[in-house]
Amino acid sequence: MEVKDIFIRDMKYEDFKENEYLEGYLKELRANGVNIAVAKLDDLINWGRSNSVWPLTFATSCCGIEFMCLGAARYDFARFGWEVTRNSPRQADVVFCCGTIVHKMAPVLKRLYDQMAEPKYVMAFGSCAIAGGPFNKSYHTVLGVNKIIPVDVYVPGCPPRPDAMIYGMMQLARKIKIQEFFRLPKQPDLSCHCGLDSQTVESNGETLEKGGLQ
Amino acid sequence: MKVIDELLAQFPYADVESKGKSYSVVVPPKKLHETAFKLRNGILAFDFLMDIVGMDYGDSLGTIYNLSCTQFPSYVIALKTETDDRKDPLIPSVSDIWESANLYEREVHDFLGIRFLNNPDMRRLFLRQDWKGYPLRKEYDANPEINPVPLINENLDDMESLPSINITAGEKVEKLHKLFEEGEYIVNFGPQHPATHGVLHLRVSLDGEIIKKVDPNFGYIHRGIEKMTESYTYPQILHLIDRMDYLSGTIHRHAMCLAVEKGLEMEVPLRAHYIRTIIDELTRIASHLLGWGCMAMDMGSITAFVYGMRDREKIMDIFEETCGGRLMANYHVIGGVMNDIHPNFQRNVKNFIPYMRKMLKEHHLLFTGNPIARGRMEGIGYLSKEMAISLGASGPTGRASGWSNDVRKIEPYAAYRLVDFKEMLRSDGMTFDRYIIRLDEIEESLKIIEQLIDNIPGGAYAAKTKAIIRLPEGEYFQRVEGARGEFDVYINSKGDKYPYRVKFRSPSLTLVSALKAIAVGSKVADLIMLGGSLDYVVPCIDR
Repeated sequence: MEVKDIFIRDMKYEDFKENEYLEGYLKELRANGVNIAVAKLDDLINWGRSNSVWPLTFATSCCGIEFMCLGAARYDFARFGWEVTRNSPRQADVVFCCGTIVHKMAPVLKRLYDQMAEPKYVMAFGSCAIAGGPFNKSYHTVLGVNKIIPVDVYVPGCPPRPDAMIYGMMQLARKIKIQEFFRLPKQPDLSCHCGLDSQTVESNGETLEKGGLQ
Repeated sequence: MKVIDELLAQFPYADVESKGKSYSVVVPPKKLHETAFKLRNGILAFDFLMDIVGMDYGDSLGTIYNLSCTQFPSYVIALKTETDDRKDPLIPSVSDIWESANLYEREVHDFLGIRFLNNPDMRRLFLRQDWKGYPLRKEYDANPEINPVPLINENLDDMESLPSINITAGEKVEKLHKLFEEGEYIVNFGPQHPATHGVLHLRVSLDGEIIKKVDPNFGYIHRGIEKMTESYTYPQILHLIDRMDYLSGTIHRHAMCLAVEKGLEMEVPLRAHYIRTIIDELTRIASHLLGWGCMAMDMGSITAFVYGMRDREKIMDIFEETCGGRLMANYHVIGGVMNDIHPNFQRNVKNFIPYMRKMLKEHHLLFTGNPIARGRMEGIGYLSKEMAISLGASGPTGRASGWSNDVRKIEPYAAYRLVDFKEMLRSDGMTFDRYIIRLDEIEESLKIIEQLIDNIPGGAYAAKTKAIIRLPEGEYFQRVEGARGEFDVYINSKGDKYPYRVKFRSPSLTLVSALKAIAVGSKVADLIMLGGSLDYVVPCIDR
């Protein structure tokens, strides 16, 4: 799920296919005193979606405390419309993966992710969620959540500061803004994602690298 | 002490050694239960089982029981036993003598495969029941192909069947019995639940609204820290400790530093002692504020949570300036502290003290005096003093039940012997006492900081250490008072730069067994609040 050189496009004149009809229509409306602007429905939906992302309260360890700071008064992610933390995965849009994921927790996280409704996103906070972090030599640590579920944004740090978390959230918001809501990429088939072989799953033009479980 | 010598003279078969206030008693496994019983019920009752350390000595497996006596709490007895049978090691259980032994023995069984005779519950504590091998054995094979990442949740039948073993008429009898009866109504709390303070899995059996039984399931954040320490150098281990109980990480790190310094017989500068004490107390305030806020949030008061976090940010700012880190201060090192205090440190701390005092009044006004909050906290979740000692529920929880267990008073370390402070004690042992004692302790911590902040002596902030730290052969034990109870470090060194075995006593583990005891008979709606009042941190339990 690589996104490079994103720029959030304005509505271009050429994007309209039936310009003459629309322009005539607009002229008529404006002449009668109606204030009207024209835009793509995708932009409107994505504007709304990216500014009201509901995270799942999911934290396993230290990063969870910084996540709590993020929710409290000083950093206050309510400013970005992300404050509606949901306790049920069925109501959440994004799972903030804060903390180490270990063998016993892996199927639980997988199930939580499966229970979330589309479109869904995953953010990996902290070095443990990215690659096992300081515990990558342990016998019981999963070396990164991307071994279990696909990740959209990685935020490094041990633990990342709340400012860094806000930056990560902004990146996800940008990613949501350029998606085409009516043609969202299909989520990769997770049953084969968790298989032991290592190959690349292609879905709707987006590629997802999967490491396979060692 | 004479009484202890007399007490230990009762065991002619035991191998007794003493060093200062700590004693080591080695007994054969057959005599273990008898010795433990006499120690618990003798003239001097060693009623507090601090920890059970499982050991792999190479040719034999063994256990070490660290005992303390509430009457003379600075005396510590290490009761040791070992068995040569590595295939099927059996050691008699002491779970009928000390309540806390139940979970400790399960932990030893999980890590080393030792089975305890007559312990009714010999499930694994952290790892899944289908895990192959025992990780703390020296020959353990950590190959990920043997234990791959599981794709399905643990079988509930595995979670519910309790294996046990005992010897009747000279023959081993293995039994398997069910935890819950057929038709019991069981509710799962966690492992992903916002109010379990981490990833704790509670299986609760209900009779209508009343809780009949609570069965905690751990291991959802078991990171294998104790095994990792065996291949890490001492300065590296410090970073793992910070991440165990992240809320009182600095205090726990202090314990490891003190243990290593004790082993190296190192003289730590007085300046370092003062700075460490101030930082420890600031950590304690931050931890109690978060504990207070979360407990209030568990009862539905989000405002209190926001207020607590707001005040905590002030401490985080002080940490950030001096230590460079917010949550992980990474400040204490072996020999002193990482770097000198920031020029603004003293001024900021002095500004913080009156601010915190003012805010404490506000917290009391907002929440303590609230009739709804009091109605929910008063008369609920009674933990008696005897129960607290037997369960090993140390720290503020024990002190709320009237058990005087503050290690800062018992065995003063760093600059605690130079300051004047009160050990907060209450006698009722209710949820309200556990709540209010934390706010009272914030006030005491402020007093300690006030006495030290203007008198930080000059000189070096850290003693020089060698590039490679090798601890002389032997055993080292250090107790400190963490924010939620006594934290102990046990190091067994063979003179190498890596320790042979490190064991941490998690104060939170015993708090969960306290929850198991106090939740029975109360309403299911109070379960989360009772957990909040105990204020455990799950990654500290799981290690």
